[in-house]
Amino acid sequence: MFKELIGKRSIPVKNVIERGAVKKFAEAINDPAPIYIDEETGKASRYGRNIAPPTFPITLEYGTIEEFVLPTKGLIHGEQKFHYKRPLFVGEEVYGVTEIKNYYERTGSFGKMGFLVIERQGADAKGELIYTEEQIIIINEAARKGMPV
Amino acid sequence: MTPMTEIQVGESLQQVQLEPVTRLDLIKYAGASGDFNPIHTIDEDATNAGLPGIIAHGMWTMGNLAKLFTPYLEAGFIEDYAIRFRNMVFIDDVLTLQAVLKNEEKNKKEFKVAAVNQKGQEVVNGTVVFRLYEVTTAG
Repeated sequence: MFKELIGKRSIPVKNVIERGAVKKFAEAINDPAPIYIDEETGKASRYGRNIAPPTFPITLEYGTIEEFVLPTKGLIHGEQKFHYKRPLFVGEEVYGVTEIKNYYERTGSFGKMGFLVIERQGADAKGELIYTEEQIIIINEAARKGMPV
Repeated sequence: MTPMTEIQVGESLQQVQLEPVTRLDLIKYAGASGDFNPIHTIDEDATNAGLPGIIAHGMWTMGNLAKLFTPYLEAGFIEDYAIRFRNMVFIDDVLTLQAVLKNEEKNKKEFKVAAVNQKGQEVVNGTVVFRLYEVTTAG
């Protein structure tokens, strides 16, 4: 069922990197550094503005993929990667898109597990890529069997 | 603080020990991230999922770990940040954040990073590639 979705993409969604959201996020990860939240520090920095913490893109929207539904239980976040072309700026617009990159199954000590690889990308208003994010979600057999698909 | 350009292979960034994890930390992270999966905040849901108690969002730990690099953001930025979630993090756990320089080439420094709990277990580990704006001349 997930195999058929490999290669499917969402329609890009516009996000705005909001100052208040970045501040709350930076505080929640115990990293309220001036480069993220203080306007003067941002202006005086090499960036000329504030930037967002590297894991902030996890909060943004990337659109939905038709027919793609994850079970609500039995999921494990196995791996997470970010690749940046440059830091993400506070105040900028980011177009988020997501794609199912891969799905495979492996049998291990916990029975048969499914591995779902989801890629998400953020591009600027000109379409230039800012970052790519990859998540590996591990799905246990019971959760897969409980799915409506 | 040693400038990023002068850190040598085998050397570590200043490690950071976090305060014990609280439920409020995870409630705040749920709100800030939009991840409201109740296994991170509500005991009953965690128990029903077969867990001994609520567990931290993996991304909360990954988010915390990146702070080791925040003091260096004028010199460069995190180009790659890859993490494997190895062990669960529970309330009252005390995490120590670590980064050691493994490799460097031209303007890139590759660190092995980990968050380690009070039992010495790595709860998350992976790599950070820090890209410098100026090419390193030392080392």
